[in-house]
Amino acid sequence: MTRVALANARLFDPATGRDTPGGLLIVDGRIADLGPALFADGVPEGAEAIDCAGRLLVPGLIDMRAQLREPGNEHQENMATASQAAVAGGITTIVCLPNTDPVIDDVALVEFVRRRGRDIGLAHIHPYAAATKGLAGKELTEMGLLAEAGAVGFTDGTRAIANAGIMRRALSYARTFDLLLVQHPEEPTLSHPGGMNEGEIATRLGLPGIPAMAEVVLLERDLRLVELTGARYHAAHLSTAGAVEAIRDAKRRGLPVTCDTAPPYFALNETAVGDYRTFAKLSPPLRSDGDRRAIVAGIADGTIDAIASDHAPHDQDSKRLPFSSAASGIIGLETLLPLVLELAHQGDVPLARALAAVTAAPAGILGLDCGRLAVGAPADLTLIDLDRPWRIAVDRFRSKSKNSPFDGRPVQGRAAMTMLGGRVVHRVAD
Amino acid sequence: MSSLAASASYPHRHLLGIEGLSAAEITHLIDRSELFVSQNQGADKKGGSLRGRTIINLFFENSTRTRTSFELAGKRLGGDVINMSVEYSSMKKGETLIDTAMTLNAMNPDVLCVRHPESGAVKLLSDKVNCAVINAGDGTHEHPTQALLDALTIRRRKGSLRGLVVAICGDVLHSRVARSNIALLNTMGARVRVVAPRTLLPTAIDRLGVEVFHDMKRGLADTDIVMMLRLQTERMAGSFVPSIREYYHFFGLDYAKLAVAKPDALIMHPGPMNRGVEIDSEVADDIDRSLIRQQVEMGVAVRMACLEVLAENLTTRNAAAVEAGR
Repeated sequence: MTRVALANARLFDPATGRDTPGGLLIVDGRIADLGPALFADGVPEGAEAIDCAGRLLVPGLIDMRAQLREPGNEHQENMATASQAAVAGGITTIVCLPNTDPVIDDVALVEFVRRRGRDIGLAHIHPYAAATKGLAGKELTEMGLLAEAGAVGFTDGTRAIANAGIMRRALSYARTFDLLLVQHPEEPTLSHPGGMNEGEIATRLGLPGIPAMAEVVLLERDLRLVELTGARYHAAHLSTAGAVEAIRDAKRRGLPVTCDTAPPYFALNETAVGDYRTFAKLSPPLRSDGDRRAIVAGIADGTIDAIASDHAPHDQDSKRLPFSSAASGIIGLETLLPLVLELAHQGDVPLARALAAVTAAPAGILGLDCGRLAVGAPADLTLIDLDRPWRIAVDRFRSKSKNSPFDGRPVQGRAAMTMLGGRVVHRVAD
Repeated sequence: MSSLAASASYPHRHLLGIEGLSAAEITHLIDRSELFVSQNQGADKKGGSLRGRTIINLFFENSTRTRTSFELAGKRLGGDVINMSVEYSSMKKGETLIDTAMTLNAMNPDVLCVRHPESGAVKLLSDKVNCAVINAGDGTHEHPTQALLDALTIRRRKGSLRGLVVAICGDVLHSRVARSNIALLNTMGARVRVVAPRTLLPTAIDRLGVEVFHDMKRGLADTDIVMMLRLQTERMAGSFVPSIREYYHFFGLDYAKLAVAKPDALIMHPGPMNRGVEIDSEVADDIDRSLIRQQVEMGVAVRMACLEVLAENLTTRNAAAVEAGR
């Protein structure tokens, strides 16, 4: 029996609203006890004691959307480097997209990802499986068998399931097994060949734009199909005010719908593209500041359930290109926590709500047994140095790729220690 | 049984579907079928009640089994049976179907047994002819003789249909057999379930008086009869269900799934079967539980009964017409 005693912490659990000084006892990798008076008589004998020095102890972060590039593009990222980056950023669970090479649309690949994650042993890695074979948007994958093998949801990753008939059937089939369908809500016939938000800046830069409506149109269509099929539906990385409003309305109508956004959509706006900066080229694109503010409000009132890193590592060759030719996406594993905390530091979103979006909410959506400080839960924990100021420095990141528009940004708060199943997998020397 | 009694018990000119038939009418057809079962098992299979009658099997869709069954039925009753296969693809819809009907009508047949790939086409044709029409399967609508032969098969083993729990499993969406069976079983007082992935169920199937399941073990729990349907693999192609192995894993009938049904539960299949797709070979061939062979046998008897009853009705009508004209 291994026992670890985390003493002198600020226990902070967004799932239950707990916010109290106290201690937490881990026995054999799971939370055995916690509370204000837990170690009043001292740490139990034989337990490894860790002094948390009053810092915030929260459930390990769950990143419900990341691209790990393994198998197939390991020169951009692999599961080992992504795991290191994740735990350095306080993330203990990563859910990866199926847009690898080969595509994760087969039972053997689901098993491969899970086994690799376990072998590396730094963070839990759960795969989404493709919703359609080869992400081609034509034929459904073996959703039932893939779920049995461990796929936590189904998505075509960075591509929308654009054909309404296929989407209906995918939802309907998924509902048979109560599976989650995750959509990249962007109508391709409206977004192509755009590279940034449609509007004044795109016009000035002479770049083809992607209208906000590309997101809203597809999302509204999907919500009607959800109404028809009753399937569990999750919209990924919302970027527009219209989409937030559509989800708000769908939830009001009682549809089984959830959604997430990613830090760039509340921390940046389209002006970041500035002088054709390809590090600010994302999919969906950075939007207007009105959209950005709507995203913040959506997080604050819970319309937006979760925040994902949307980690999209690209090598220099993919980014050092004319804007229209450059790849979309930025890395995010190591900036997720500080940017989420920024919402709270700025007073836009209460701390508990902001942290719920990266812990309890994704756990609930994905049906994972983590994301809360509770007796019996796995001891996947993050100790946060809440106020510590630092400057984002991409060259110090563990991720193999360095494509981030946040390089140099001053932020506040970071993961001082990360534990997976009661084991320390990351610790910052003071 | 006199022809007058027959017309009183099945007072319709055609047999276009199960929908709308009463329990008494269905019972009458099954009772009549029963008489032919022993005749068909004997050495002398030939009767004479359709002597002088002309029966045309008009098939706009390939089907060796059903067509042969109708052909045997007509011949065993002493009728003259003609098979007409019409290449559907070479035929234009609507007007040409009616043209065909008018042409055939001019040859004065007594019964047309019609199969057509479009729902409602048999009804359309029946409106244009003077003879009796039996629906031998129209699109994804009805296949009444299949439901009647299923009912006869069940009744011979279970005594009655009333109160039985029957699970119809598989591709309900594309199945006319399912629709006819749902109507018949409900009318006869059985409890009907359908079990399929959502993509293979039509919208509002629950309004047809069935309980809907998407999990075989739940759907088969405590059932008396398990009716498997053919997965139309040509329609599958990754769109309705992802693959055969996934379908078989979740919805194929094997002993493990069958274990939750009643210990004496019986298995049926309208054929042709896809072994290892919707049904395990061992289960299909289990002589204690599988009724699949008996279904085929009952098919001939049921079609004989239907042909005879309709031919008798036709005689009664003609007599009445002559009477009225006098």
